[in-house]
Amino acid sequence: MNDISKSKGAWEPKIIAFLCNWCSYAGADLAGVSRYQYPPSIRIVRVPCSGRVSPNLILDALRSGADGVLVSGCHPGDCHYISGNYYARRRFALLKRFLEFVGVEPDRVNFTWISASEGEQFAQVATEVTERVRKLGPATHLLKEF
Amino acid sequence: MSTPKGSVLVVGGGIAGVQAALDLADSGFYVHLVEKSAAIGGSMSQLDKTFPTNDCSACILSPKLVECGRHLNINLLTLSEVLSVDGEEGDFQVRVRQNPRYVDPEKCIACGSCAEKCPKKVPNEFDMGLGKRKAIYLRYPQAVPLKYAIDPDHCIYLKKPGRCGFCEKVCPADAINFKDQPKEHLLNVGSVILALGFKPFDPSGLDFTGYGNLKNVVTSMEFERLLSPSGPCQGHMERPSDHQEPKKIAWLQCVGSRDINRACHGYCSSVCCMYAIKQAVIAREHSSSGAVDATVFYMDMRTHGKGFEAYYDRAREEGIKFHRARVHTVSPAENDNLKVRYAGENGDIREDEFDLVVLSVGLATDPQVIKLANDLGIELDSDSFARTTCLRPVETSRNGVFVCGALAEPKDIPQSVMEASAAALEAERILYPSRWTETKEKHFPKERDVHAEPPRIGVFVCSCGINIAGVVDVQAVTDYAWKLPGVVFAQNNLFTCSQDTINQMAETIKRERLNRVVVASCTPRTHEPLFQETLREAGINKYLFEMANIRDQDSWVHQRQPEAATEKAKDLVRMAVAKVRGDDPLPYNTVPVIKSAMVIGSGVAGLTAALSLADQGFPVTLVERKDRLGGHAHKFFRTWQGQEMQPYLSELVSMVEASDLIDVHLGTTVQDVSGSVGQFTSILTDGTEVKHGVAIVAVGAESFKPREGRWNYLYGKNPNVHTLLELDQRFIKDDPGLKGLNQAVFIHCVGSRVPERPYCSRVCCTHAIDQALHLKEMNPDMDIFMLYRDIRTYGKREHLYQEARAKGIIFIRYDLENLPRVSEENGSMVVKVRDPIIDASVTLHPDLLILASAVRPRDDVGGLSKLFKCAMTGDGFLLEAHMKLRPVDFATDGVYLAGLCHYPKPVEETIAQAKAAASRAGLVLSRDAVPAESITAVVNLQKCTGCAVCARVCAYHAVNMDENSGKAQVDTGLCKGCGACVAGCRSDAITLKNLGNEQIMAAVEAAMEDF
Repeated sequence: MNDISKSKGAWEPKIIAFLCNWCSYAGADLAGVSRYQYPPSIRIVRVPCSGRVSPNLILDALRSGADGVLVSGCHPGDCHYISGNYYARRRFALLKRFLEFVGVEPDRVNFTWISASEGEQFAQVATEVTERVRKLGPATHLLKEF
Repeated sequence: MSTPKGSVLVVGGGIAGVQAALDLADSGFYVHLVEKSAAIGGSMSQLDKTFPTNDCSACILSPKLVECGRHLNINLLTLSEVLSVDGEEGDFQVRVRQNPRYVDPEKCIACGSCAEKCPKKVPNEFDMGLGKRKAIYLRYPQAVPLKYAIDPDHCIYLKKPGRCGFCEKVCPADAINFKDQPKEHLLNVGSVILALGFKPFDPSGLDFTGYGNLKNVVTSMEFERLLSPSGPCQGHMERPSDHQEPKKIAWLQCVGSRDINRACHGYCSSVCCMYAIKQAVIAREHSSSGAVDATVFYMDMRTHGKGFEAYYDRAREEGIKFHRARVHTVSPAENDNLKVRYAGENGDIREDEFDLVVLSVGLATDPQVIKLANDLGIELDSDSFARTTCLRPVETSRNGVFVCGALAEPKDIPQSVMEASAAALEAERILYPSRWTETKEKHFPKERDVHAEPPRIGVFVCSCGINIAGVVDVQAVTDYAWKLPGVVFAQNNLFTCSQDTINQMAETIKRERLNRVVVASCTPRTHEPLFQETLREAGINKYLFEMANIRDQDSWVHQRQPEAATEKAKDLVRMAVAKVRGDDPLPYNTVPVIKSAMVIGSGVAGLTAALSLADQGFPVTLVERKDRLGGHAHKFFRTWQGQEMQPYLSELVSMVEASDLIDVHLGTTVQDVSGSVGQFTSILTDGTEVKHGVAIVAVGAESFKPREGRWNYLYGKNPNVHTLLELDQRFIKDDPGLKGLNQAVFIHCVGSRVPERPYCSRVCCTHAIDQALHLKEMNPDMDIFMLYRDIRTYGKREHLYQEARAKGIIFIRYDLENLPRVSEENGSMVVKVRDPIIDASVTLHPDLLILASAVRPRDDVGGLSKLFKCAMTGDGFLLEAHMKLRPVDFATDGVYLAGLCHYPKPVEETIAQAKAAASRAGLVLSRDAVPAESITAVVNLQKCTGCAVCARVCAYHAVNMDENSGKAQVDTGLCKGCGACVAGCRSDAITLKNLGNEQIMAAVEAAMEDF
């Protein structure tokens, strides 16, 4: 891995964010439009709905080398697909207990609601999640053997 | 009238004209769009950023221009002018003169060799004369059509044939045609829409500004070009005298507006306060140090639009200074600097030195447009704007001829776009019997079967002017893309969404036999449809496409970390390439449209929208929660122009009641909504089930009643304290108790522009002043005091303010630190306020105290927004799809909004918005079918165990269990592609087309490869 931040010596967390297309992805766009700055540690994967994000995808992300995962959907009641964000929330709660059980620090996986009008909140969440994962250091628990 | 024509003439190719043309062309009418310059785009294309979102103007405008330029049913006539319009509504004969371009647009490939060789330099009018162009030129880099033109006033050859002619020699396409002649077109259309825009006020005659003599005094439009990446200094903000970056800038407001002495323009130009704040914010962003000292000199800050007050608040927090003063003189200082002399708050004379002075010039009508209006028989008002009335906001004095945008009154972009749709609606209302009679149908080439081909991916990396390239090393990203597996082509473009790049992309796809495309640029939310259509035109399926968002989610959020942003851009491109590699062609599904509408709310907005649709033959279900039609308009006395509301409202109500096509449900609300665009099913509280293709939400707002707290001011305690609408009701009743009063006090901004309600309610200044004038009419000797924070009588409403002052109404400014105090002494009211001009406390004894209280969103709007999946703003108003360019659409297709539930607005804007919503709804209702979701779920029957979790989690009942096999099956017509079933499946048996686990993981793994 020739990560640029690594070549400079400082370790920077690598975070995968699964954002729903209708609210959170739009919120991330708005952060840009409003020029709110946040650390370049997050790679966004656009999904139609947070309800599309199965526990499998989160585990796979950690297995592929992500130090942290963020899942964000529409606020309760605002889901473009009626109820997908509730399913996401429930699945996530279960997964989080499982991850704790196998020794993955709870702060590595994060769930939040961000609406299309919350650019500033997105930047804030991105910054907070980065800080949280930075404190934990690199994730090793689920890492795929190379 | 016999059958009307099925085509419309739109004059003016700015944003308003373009929007009107697109609305009409997309709902079944053929449009001739006449533009006098060589390219469409108008003033908006000259802007750098737009308020209040700081969106890049070119970025949001460009897709619309490209769409307009490529539209099969829009005949673009550039370099053209209307000579005459004869005939009448439904059947006009129009003569249009098209001036020669001297470049054959069929042949020109916009390579620019001609302009490179052309020896003649000319001041560039697109850059407001700050830069130079050649005699053969493109109006601007993203011009539509992207074809060069020769300026006959400056071309050496055309002036003296035989002398020059270099362009002809170097043109590789043989496109130069010096013999080109003017053409006259005779058009037969059913209606005419005038969208002729404005001309920035020329401050040369105002010597105190120094404009014309002092190099570093520029107009706001000139400054806009200095900020723009496509401008004369490539966005590096230089001042004209020495090309140094200005560190201290002053903005002078109201230059050529609100000035009856020197400029003879009494009206307010509406947009300058906001654009000055925007320019100050952007100037700081553009400056190398990020520390521009910015001061705005103003009379009243008029930030009365949606999101404007918050923008103003944020600008002050960021350190932009606002000084309430009209500048006396601008004079020269050392080093080409400027000395600005002005009066301080308490009348003392002050001087300050600046590097650059920007004059916030107003909007005026071009003298050529005045002449054209006269020729066409269109009445103008005393300010030379097209005469319209509040109750007929887009209608001119000539039947069948409509107006939109700044031609009718200075206004901002969203308001112009709204009016453009409203004008389109008026034309549709006349011409609907001839819908689809003159239009052509679009046919895409047959799609290439790419199943057997190995991936051949093309990557297009956008610079977006400097929006991306200013931070991200786009060349490095392009070079990197070449190396990725499956990539056979990569290219960097200045603006990937410009028409030439789009055309070139289609050519590249064909030439390189690409079967997958990645565009690394802005967000797919705005630009994906444009690029996908390009794929279709190039003969491949549009789902073989991905975008990498390297602007909104990269260059704009990591502005100070160019290296990290470049690395991130590479990662995002790699992820998109990994994802697109697995994309399959998908079918283009459609759903049939139920050709009827539901309108929720029956105030002026709802009634207008319902009638606008019924007039075109579309059935409407009108839902009203109260037991009568009309909403708050029953309490409203008159418009600011003096038209009484009650007769107008009765007429609207009786037309709705008389209409066979409008089904009214009183005392009813919407309980449940299912389905989507084309096929909604709603259940009303009266038990009715309504099937409809579209919905218009027009549920209005409420007035804030200050029953307690610091805004109480004896409201509800003293019978002579009213809100504006309560006083209106006394006017309507012609209450004799209002006669013989001695004194009235109005308190403005009661509950508006405060932390708990941080927006301006927009209507109250004008409404209160009109009421004061009416009281004055009734009691000429009455003393009236207006206690205000900023007077916001925008546009032509300013005349009302001037009239009020002329009639002796006294205006006293207060601020939040010194609120007026109201008490009761011996049964009579006492108002105390500090007057900043005389710097003393004033005591008033009014008979009548009027509170211009805030317009607040209705509490139950949230429930409705959830039913239709619409977003809301932090203030509680409904949020449109895009603040600038989609002001009446929701992000949810097929749902539109109008009136006060969007934002406080006066009746003329409510009517225009309701008509605009009807026009937008017509885009769906005029069709038999609309596109449906293509990304749907599929079941792998081998893996399916029949557990039925997928069927249970599906909110649309699109998955059910087959009775015979016991396995899951998907009804693609109902499937919305959310993927809840995929995430729920425990056997990995159900997946989403192009969004399967493998594909998402391909992107995630690609992210990790080199992160």
